[in-house]
Amino acid sequence: MKDVVTYREAIRAALAEELRRDPNVVLIGEDIGKYGGCFKVTQGLWDEFGADRILETPVSEEGFSGVAVGAAMMGMRPVVEIMYGDFLTLVSDQLVNHAAKTRFMSAGQLGCPLVYRIPTGSGTGHGAQHTQSLEAMFSNIPGLKIVAPSSPRDAKALLKASIRDDDPVLFFEHKMLYSALGPVGDESDVAEIGKADIKHVGGDVTVISYSRAVETCLEASDMLAVEGVGVDVVDLCSLRPLDVPTILASVRKTGRALVVHDAPAFGGFGGEVIASIVGDPETFRALKAPVRRLCGKELPVPFNAELERAIVPSAEEIVSAVTSMVAG
Amino acid sequence: MSIGFSSRQAVEALTIMLRSRSFERQVEGLFARKRMHGTTHLAIGQEAVHAGMAMGLSPSDWIVPTHRCHGHTIARGTDPYEMFSEMFGSRTGCCKGFGGSMHMTDVAHCNAGSSAVVASGVPIAVGIALALKRSGSKSIGVAIFGDGASSRGAIHEAMNLATVWKLPVLFFCENNGYGMSAPAGRALSVPSVSDRGPSYSMESSSVDGNDVEAVYASIREACEYIRSTSRPFLLEAHTYRQCGHSKNDACVYRTRDEERRWMERCPIRLFKDKMIKRGQLDDARYESLKRAVDAEIAEAAERAARDADDSISLDEAFSYVYAPGKGNARLVSEAVRARLA
Ligand SMILES: Cc1ncc(C[n+]2csc(CCOP(=O)(O)OP(=O)(O)O)c2C)c(N)n1
Repeated sequence: MKDVVTYREAIRAALAEELRRDPNVVLIGEDIGKYGGCFKVTQGLWDEFGADRILETPVSEEGFSGVAVGAAMMGMRPVVEIMYGDFLTLVSDQLVNHAAKTRFMSAGQLGCPLVYRIPTGSGTGHGAQHTQSLEAMFSNIPGLKIVAPSSPRDAKALLKASIRDDDPVLFFEHKMLYSALGPVGDESDVAEIGKADIKHVGGDVTVISYSRAVETCLEASDMLAVEGVGVDVVDLCSLRPLDVPTILASVRKTGRALVVHDAPAFGGFGGEVIASIVGDPETFRALKAPVRRLCGKELPVPFNAELERAIVPSAEEIVSAVTSMVAG
Repeated sequence: MSIGFSSRQAVEALTIMLRSRSFERQVEGLFARKRMHGTTHLAIGQEAVHAGMAMGLSPSDWIVPTHRCHGHTIARGTDPYEMFSEMFGSRTGCCKGFGGSMHMTDVAHCNAGSSAVVASGVPIAVGIALALKRSGSKSIGVAIFGDGASSRGAIHEAMNLATVWKLPVLFFCENNGYGMSAPAGRALSVPSVSDRGPSYSMESSSVDGNDVEAVYASIREACEYIRSTSRPFLLEAHTYRQCGHSKNDACVYRTRDEERRWMERCPIRLFKDKMIKRGQLDDARYESLKRAVDAEIAEAAERAARDADDSISLDEAFSYVYAPGKGNARLVSEAVRARLA
């Protein structure tokens, strides 16, 4: 294998490895066969696995998301591609009312081991109905797990973990990361869902993020290093379960915390992270500055390219937030 | 279409119908005496559908019932004690009291449980059929839904997909004339839900849902078709809900005259009369059968009532949210911790 691969290739490799390993794994989705999927993630898999393992569906999000639930109840391991994360609204009934509750409501008689792969996020110029980041909407549902990797290595190892997991997992892939390059682990590299990863180490401020915004944070951390400011960049990798111990350990060390995500602030996941920080007495006592968050702006994603860029946090904004926290 | 049951089959059908009716009457009483909380949807008058289906299916076919699920559940063979217990919310319930009246999953009897989101169980049954077909099984998935549910888009998507993917699913519309207060005649764009079959290139038929032998025969015929072709089938049974939609329903949306006319077509009475006419039953035998069934169900209800306070603890409840396992054990204990904090 090449030393570095794209995020897209990493996901594809995880799918291929799991399809080979477990005959119960099937892919379900629109245009994921010969066409290779809307974002070409499944490209080439058709040649190896064919129609028996790659189940192409009509445009029927509500229908096939429910079919996946029924199949998972019976022990299959469907990996469903939701063409655009925005269409989660159509899938939400099966996700929220069924997949998340099957195990509980049946008192463990049935499980629901399935993965919804969800291309997410802005930057593509597709307008307000194809660019949202809806992860926070689903983080309030016990029974679901939520994963949002930022690097090829995490994407591969976490997707393998998600497919092997016995519960429903929402796997958020950021569309702007598909061409990002990085190393990946071999076939045996399976991550643990619910573990954060410290992507950059520094002593002054803890910057907590997930998905594409981690890239922005890392860019900012390089700029800050030049100015002599050190940041811990904590990549959550999973939103549910949330790795609270890793967050707290870093914030106790730095005494300052900034949460960054592309989704809007109001009701966003940042609030959950901040609550876990300020609700812990020891970490609260260690704080040297108010906890802050830097998130997407409170408006639908505009089509205009300049505005679309402006609604998500930039490296410059992160630099200035961190600088003011250190100075303050 | 109808066939004549053998005496053994006839007694079996009658017994299932009487058990279903008796169960519902007990539940009615328990709610009236405020012994049960929440709500419940009884299926009094629809018993021929439950019995005909349970007898017509193979025990390894998987059903996905609806919120009105007691009759199908009891007909499949679930222990009435576990069903009453479920409705009392006790640990001895078929779902340990997590489900309640509308959710009576019983994997041992191939009952995948109901969705109380009307029609959402239908795609799930299609998924079950997909898994069954892939496993090489001859069993089928059965999607049960009401006339009210039939207007939802999820059913359109599920039917289209089942035809396109050639899946062994029985789409079974239990048309009891009303979706809550809405008469089927006002909610549907077709005279009969089964009229929609051809738009999915799907074989379909409808049957008198108050004639248990006819339901049985239609189910058998549909299943034979599904098993031999691995294609879906749409079957509609026309019946009538003699009771209200849920507890506290004065049925202001229908006339007493209409109710009387359907009472005359009560499926249990119709079948009893038929058996007597054929010499398969007499009044004395009927009374003794009914007494035995009522006693069995009453005993189960009393036993469940005695155990009603045996609740599962909140701490235990946390262990059913996620699968047991290394990472998940951590999740569970965090949830427990959060509650104690
Ligand atoms: C999606 C959805 N909408 C509305 C309801 C409220 N509701 C519960 S039962 C019911 C009527 C359903 O009618 P039908 O499908 O004919 O089944 P029946 O109650 O007659 O057995 C409605 C509207 C619901 N549970 N789910």
